Amino acid sequence: MNGRRILADLKVTARGYLRNPIALFFSLIFPLILILLFGLIFANTGATAATLYTENFDHASPVSQEFLSGLNQTHLVTVQVINTSTGNLAVWLGQNDNPVGLVIPAGFGQNYTHHIATNVTLYVNPQDAGAAGSAEGAVQAVENEFNLRAACQSTNGTCSPVLGYIPQSVGKTYFTYIDYLVPGLIGFSILTSPMFSMVDVTSSYRKEGIFRQLSLTPLTRDEWLASRVIWYTILTFLAAAIMLGFGIGVFGAKVTISVWMVPFLLVGPLLFVSLGMLAGSIARTPESAAVIGNIITFPMMFLAGTFFPVSEFSPGLQVVAKVLPLYYVIDGMNQVLLFQNYARALTDFVIVLGIAVVFFAAAVYLFRWKGE
Amino acid sequence: MADAIAVEGLTKNYGSLAAVDNISFRVPAGSVFAFLGPNGAGKTTTTEILEGLRARSKGSVQVLGLDPWDEGRPLHRQIGVIPQDFRFFEKITPRESIDYYSTLFGTHSDPAALLERVKLSDKADSRFDTLSGGQKQKLGLALSLVNDPRICFLDEPTTGLDPTARRAIWDVVRELRREGRTVFLTTHYLEEAEILADRVAIINHGQIVAAGSPAEIIDRLGGPARLRIVAGSDVADFVRSRFPNEVRREGDHIDVVLRDREDALAILEAVQESRLAWTGFTTVRDTLEDVFVRLVGRMDDGVLKTSDGTTAEASA
Repeated sequence: MNGRRILADLKVTARGYLRNPIALFFSLIFPLILILLFGLIFANTGATAATLYTENFDHASPVSQEFLSGLNQTHLVTVQVINTSTGNLAVWLGQNDNPVGLVIPAGFGQNYTHHIATNVTLYVNPQDAGAAGSAEGAVQAVENEFNLRAACQSTNGTCSPVLGYIPQSVGKTYFTYIDYLVPGLIGFSILTSPMFSMVDVTSSYRKEGIFRQLSLTPLTRDEWLASRVIWYTILTFLAAAIMLGFGIGVFGAKVTISVWMVPFLLVGPLLFVSLGMLAGSIARTPESAAVIGNIITFPMMFLAGTFFPVSEFSPGLQVVAKVLPLYYVIDGMNQVLLFQNYARALTDFVIVLGIAVVFFAAAVYLFRWKGE
Repeated sequence: MADAIAVEGLTKNYGSLAAVDNISFRVPAGSVFAFLGPNGAGKTTTTEILEGLRARSKGSVQVLGLDPWDEGRPLHRQIGVIPQDFRFFEKITPRESIDYYSTLFGTHSDPAALLERVKLSDKADSRFDTLSGGQKQKLGLALSLVNDPRICFLDEPTTGLDPTARRAIWDVVRELRREGRTVFLTTHYLEEAEILADRVAIINHGQIVAAGSPAEIIDRLGGPARLRIVAGSDVADFVRSRFPNEVRREGDHIDVVLRDREDALAILEAVQESRLAWTGFTTVRDTLEDVFVRLVGRMDDGVLKTSDGTTAEASA
């Protein structure tokens, strides 16, 4: 191993990369687009209240006003009163992409005061389970309180609730989607930039005779490999900085930056550089290499917890996720960045390291510069 | 002069097929050696064995006194190689490529001087993927010179190039020879071999079928010299009636096959005395190409018809 030669190769690799808009796009810009896109789509999940569009046909009664302010106080929904001439609310909600709506019938206040059963109508879009759940919970809670109050008034006047609850989320802090997305997308970068380009480079350099050319210089195969691993590690650190910067800066992600993510940022690229080389070495042509690379990369991209936490998967898919090497990279970073659970992070790291060593050894064994 | 390359009984088998079958040859240091043969004859396999890129099955190979397969690393510091259809990093410029090679070899080559030498200075800062075929090949040549090699291997360096680019490469080859380097050239342009090479070996079906200087090969294997007289059929009939030599009539001239040099003088004298009309004469000999075609097959539209009737893409 000669540092000067590794550095020379690293310089050429970096130049080639920086001058290749496609490579650059997929390594740095694409993950950035993903975090912006997914961030904007899901940033509000679980964080702010759903808007409850309400037609109030009993506008004049103080009871209906009190009912609506009760809904607002739950913080699960924000009531937005709309004109009663809107017509069929279900149709209007669908046309305007609004997931939840409420209709308060005429005579609502009077019926309540006289203890006559009366129904409000709640419209929910089952596809937006989050907003639906919030709206149903809010309406039921306020209804319960109104029913309780009505029951008390019918007996002797005043009474206060016996049981209450203090809302708290799982864990010390309440994590939103964007918090999981930051480590997930760092994992995405660790996976995709070395995989896509190493598969291509390994097979096309062989076809074009560039390995043959390099084998006639003092550069050794191991030096070349070292230069690649260093380069993808640099790219990984860059991508991680971008993800953390945008996640925290733009979406206020609640992640804890810690030195313990460094082991994952070092060994992750080694694992996928090796896997990419393996795929590229096994394939006979650059075309078949691309197919093999995609077969390995795409399932891992979606199933290892990159875009959605694995805990939300069905039990069967969770088993699949846990055989994917990327799962342990992302889980480890979740443990470090979100939960500070270093014991579990260490277990993840040992698994990642073990897989990386196996893949690296296999790649070095199978990857040849010269023909026999 | 010492031999730069010495090959003795070299054989390379792929399964039951002998791609190279017990060949022997020597290349004196400082000479230009051309290795000729149709595609699939074993040229590239032999070249790669000499360069240490391929293991051999049998025989002994010494390049600069080293075994190329076992002593590849020290050998590679002393040889330069440009493969046919040279490819390199797409987004890197010739200047950067030479800097890269200089660092790898630990030499202090001046990119500007090397590029000037191969006449590529105007493209020093253009990315590789924007270069033409000839310019790419010139970069390959420049890179092969970064380590100041004692032997240069050029594998079909001018295939597919236009005549100007081809002549530029020839000039560099001549200069390499003047500097005392050994040049090992494979080509299927016979003219190129005849112009550049001190010695030639023709390989076919893995075996060397002819070796020596182009003149020696033509002497030994070429057809006899012919006296070509620009004249009509009356002259042909006249020569046939007076001399035992074979006479062929082709177009506006007749060819008289000569048995020795004195024949030509006697025939010309007789034709002159006959007062028949003729307008000029010359003596013609086989070229290396004629010999090659006779030994190996003939070229049609870039497809080489080998002597056993199989065909191979000449530009593959």
